[in-house]
Formats: sequence, C-alpha cells, structure tokens
Amino acid sequence: MSVSTAFEKARADGRAALVGYLPAGFPSVEGSIEAMRAMVDAGCDIIEVGLPYSDPVMDGPTIQAAVQQALDQGTRVSDVLRVVEAVAATGAPTLVMTAWNPVERLGIERFAQALVDAGGAGLITPDITPDEAGEWTAAADARDLDKVFLVAPSSTPERLQLTVDASRGFVYATAVMGVTGARETTSELAAPLVERTKAATDLPVGVGLGISNGAQAAEIAGFADAVIVGSAFVRTLQHDADLRGLSALTADLAEGVRGA
Amino acid sequence: MTTAAWAPDETGHFGRFGGRFMPEALVAALDELDTAWQKALADPAFGAEFERMLRDYAGTPSMLYDAERLSARAGARILLKREDLLHTGAHKIRNVLGQALLTKRMGKQRVIAETGAGQHGVASATAAAYLGLDCTIYMGEVDTERQALNVARMQLLGAEVVPVRSGSRTLKDAINEALRDWVATVDHTAYLFGTAAGPHPFPSLVLSFVRGIGDEARRQCLELTGSLPNVAAACVGGGSNAIGLFAGFLDDADVELYGFEPGGDGVETGRHAATIHNGDIGVLHGARTYVLQDEDGQTLESHSISAGLDYPGVGPQHARLAETGRATYEPVTDAEAMAAMRLLAETEGIIPAIESAHAVAGALRLAPQRQGQTLLVNLSGRGDKDMGTALTYFGLGQADA
Repeated sequence: MSVSTAFEKARADGRAALVGYLPAGFPSVEGSIEAMRAMVDAGCDIIEVGLPYSDPVMDGPTIQAAVQQALDQGTRVSDVLRVVEAVAATGAPTLVMTAWNPVERLGIERFAQALVDAGGAGLITPDITPDEAGEWTAAADARDLDKVFLVAPSSTPERLQLTVDASRGFVYATAVMGVTGARETTSELAAPLVERTKAATDLPVGVGLGISNGAQAAEIAGFADAVIVGSAFVRTLQHDADLRGLSALTADLAEGVRGA
Repeated sequence: MTTAAWAPDETGHFGRFGGRFMPEALVAALDELDTAWQKALADPAFGAEFERMLRDYAGTPSMLYDAERLSARAGARILLKREDLLHTGAHKIRNVLGQALLTKRMGKQRVIAETGAGQHGVASATAAAYLGLDCTIYMGEVDTERQALNVARMQLLGAEVVPVRSGSRTLKDAINEALRDWVATVDHTAYLFGTAAGPHPFPSLVLSFVRGIGDEARRQCLELTGSLPNVAAACVGGGSNAIGLFAGFLDDADVELYGFEPGGDGVETGRHAATIHNGDIGVLHGARTYVLQDEDGQTLESHSISAGLDYPGVGPQHARLAETGRATYEPVTDAEAMAAMRLLAETEGIIPAIESAHAVAGALRLAPQRQGQTLLVNLSGRGDKDMGTALTYFGLGQADA
C-alpha cells in the first residue's frame, strides 16, 4: 500500500504526517516489531523499517550503534521482510529504508517482489540517486511501489527536478548538511529546501534528520507534509523495555504534527 | 594514453562497474570536484606544477632497476619499478600531491582523509604540510593504538588525528566519520581519497595522478631493454599502484597485466582479501565493483598480513579489466609474500613493503614458465613500516639467536 493513503488522511485532517524509523532487529527482531506497532498505535502514520547494513555511509552514531547490534544478533534480510509484513498488517504504510548493496545482492526484481509480497509500500534509498536507479525504477513502477529519493540543501535545481521526477510516494528532504542524529536547530536549511522542492513537484515532501521532540515536529509541520523521526526513537528504545517511553515520544511528536 | 575502450563513460562507468552510488547530499561536491579536475587536466600550468612537485619534491621519475640476482633465482628477467624510493617511501605521494594541488586550485584550505594502518594518513599529512593546508585524519581507535608511530608522524607533520570510536573502531568506521565531516564541511574542505576506488570521479582522478608509474616504466623499459616487458605486475588492494602501472601498458596488447591480490591464509580458508578472485559483484563505498560479501550483501571482514591490501573492495577499473580478460588477477598468500620479502632483501638488498612483496611473489610464480622473458614489477613501497610484522613473523631481532 502506497504511502499516499497516509498522506491523504493527514491532509484531510489538516496536518502533517508523522513518519517513524527503526532498524529491523533492534533491540531484537520481535522487539522491533512490537516497537513499531506501538509507534503506529501512538500516532505514527508511516513506518520506515531500516535494513541493517555493515557499511552505512549516512547513519549517525545513534542509529549506527543500533544497526550494529541488530547485525551482531544475526538479523537477516529475510527478518527485515518479516518485520515489514508484521508492521504493514497494522494498516500503516511501511517502507524499507536501505543501503543499496543488499537490494542488488538479492536481485532488484526479487527484492521488489518480496516487498510486494510482504505488503511493503516501497523503498527509501538514501545512498543512491536516480542516476543509478534505472533498474529499481522499472521494477518499482511495474509493481506500483513507492520510490523515495532524497534531496539535499546542496541539490542544484536540475538535480532537484531529476530527483522529484523519479520519486513516488513522497520526497525526502534532508534538513541539514550532515548525517542522521538529533540536533538542536532544524529549520534553517529545511524550510527553503522544502519550498524549492514543493515548487518542483506535487508529491508530499517530508523532512528528516534531527527531529527529537514535539516542538520541533510542530515547527517542521508548519512547512512540510511529513515529519520524519529516527534517531530519537532509537535513543528512547535503548532504555525502554516496556515501550512506554517510545509511546510517549510518539504521542508528543503526533501532537506536534497536529500543530500543538 | 589510455584508449577509449578502457576509459569510463562521462558518469564514471567502466562497463557495468564504477558509477556513483552516493547520497544526493554529496553529489554537488563530487560534481564540483569532477569539473575542477577536468579543468585542471586541460590546463598546462596545472600539469607543469604537478610535474615540478613530483620531480623536485617526490623524486620522480623513480628508477627502473634490473634485479639481476633476483632474476637469476627466478628464471626470468625481473625489472623493479622503484616507487619505494620516492619521498615517504611509496607511490602514494603521487596521488596525494595531485589531490592536494587540486584542493588549492579549488580555493579550499582544508583536507581530510581516512586511514587504516596510517600510510594514506601520513601521505595526506605530508602533502598538506608541503602545500600549507589544514589537515584532519580520521583513524579507527583500534588502528591508532596499533599504529602509534604513524599517528606520531601525522601529528609531527601538523595534522590533527581523530580517533574514531564508533562501530568496530577500524577503517570502515573512519571512512564513515570522514564522510560525515565532508558532508558538513564541503564548502571549504576536500576529501583526499586514498585509492583508485570509490565514487566517480575518484577512480579516474586518482588514476590521472598515479599513471606516471606506468608511463615512466614503459619509457624506461624501452630504454633499458629495447622492448616492452612481457608482463607488468603489481599488487592490488584498492588498486591505485596497479592501475597506475597498468595505465602505461593498456594499449600494448602484447604486454600481459597481472594483479596480485592478498590471499591471506589462503582463499580456501576464507581468511583473505582476494576481492576479484573470490568476491562477487556488488556496490561498496560508492561504486559497483567486486566485493567480499555474504549472501545478504553485508561486507565480509577481509584478512591480510599487509594492512595496505586489507580491503574488501577494489577499484572499478580493475573489475572491468578482470571481466574483459585484459588483466589477470591471482591471489598470493601471506606466506608467499613474506618469503618474497625475505628473498628480495637477501638477493638485492631491498626490503619491500609487504604489499609490494605480493607483486614480487606473483612474479616469482610466473617466472619459471617464462624463461627469457621480461617481467616488470611495481615495487610500490618500502618495508620500513613493516619491520614489526617481519620481526614477529620471522622471529628476528635477537642478535645471538
């Protein structure tokens, strides 16, 4: 199911969508399923399931440590697909966020079909651009899967247009020139980037990198269609056996996207 | 010159290899670098300045040495391209001088680099000192502890060495951290890439700065022997010294090209870094190439007695040369490399880097079937840095033992 359903619902409510990320297999495969289900229950509209990869380029220290834990515990691509299936069963559109090599390794066609079979919405591909994504684009288009590419403050107008034209579902705007990880200020680069992106496409634009509380979420929701949160969820889950902290954080962020 | 058949397309693809698998946030920086590099290549003043630095500071052309005593043992004529005699003791000075000069031309004042055992870090710090650039080196904390001498060298050269404490605290984490720095500082910082791998334009850019190895060797071999070598051989980790040598001979169809990969304990043990020989096609650190990976596409840990070859990927042009059969890649074990190190030391009075000893060992393997032929071997670096390993491996250091 495409993320577009979630965006339509959020738009009908007159608010931004809340997108939550966790790596599959953190703190365990079952634990990540329970955590993501709790995030959906507490107000996440869309879930990004991270595929743990050995050589992340863009992950900040918080996510990298969680991913390493998932890998050390033997999390496989098949586990990731199992997580997708369990989370998608809640009805929340579920994307996989992955480095590129695991997709090529399984085979792009095979990966796309496995994603469809698990009920996944599509892929977020942070370490490739549409320039190298021809085969994935074809495989995704044949199956109506979402293709979420990233735009950055440094993207030229030409590259920004190329990227949004290749995207389906939403466009992911990286708010700071940096990697993932909660930060204090988020909007200086984000707002102009979102404005540029929205001028180039009718697709929803989500902002990620650096959002850790409801106030920041409200700020982002003021100009973006989706607020994407990752590191803050991971950090909370590190010391949160009963998921109460995770649910509380989700609720705070969900209030934020409602402009609270 | 390299013919079009071996050159990449304009987006850096060598056949199905290479390319640019990188976050959008870095594309503008890579494009800027590509444009600046292309303009520099077309500018005779840049070429002249680079040549002058190589000659007056690095000590090129490195000599081509006729290793007669080694040849007598081997059974074929072995010529050694003495990159070990360049300033800092390896071919790497060519690459970092080129990239640092390009950095200055781009108006940037700071360079960063990642380093594993420290060789590329020392080379980068050297070039930065020579050209008056600020320099930050990212190095896994485990490596800083193992290679304290190289940390001291970098510090003496004025570089800041940042110990990376995330993940496995080794090279891949240092790469990660250096990219984090670059993505946030790209307006005034250049990333000095250590080998002819990574995203476009790095494989081609690095090749342009190290191809003097092969161009010099070709000319020197013709002067010395009156003909081209039958074989040109080099060790291959990431592959910069090998691609630099091969570049001089790609168009000479009669010159066979051999790359010798680190076979570690033997490829059958799984403890090796023979990426082309035993790896599969994948995407690692920005390019499609051969990668040591498991069935999920996770990078496997590589093993080699030589830190400089201990890398689970390889430059994409090597992947292309392997696939087309233009070059042959074979593994050389730790034991074979160490035996070659010792043999070269005893027969010629030359202690090679363990990396380069892989190439010597490979040539020694080829030689018995090639009597009367000439094998040109790139002696890419000197062995001073490897004496600790040699001391342990051979049980040396006790004068009365």
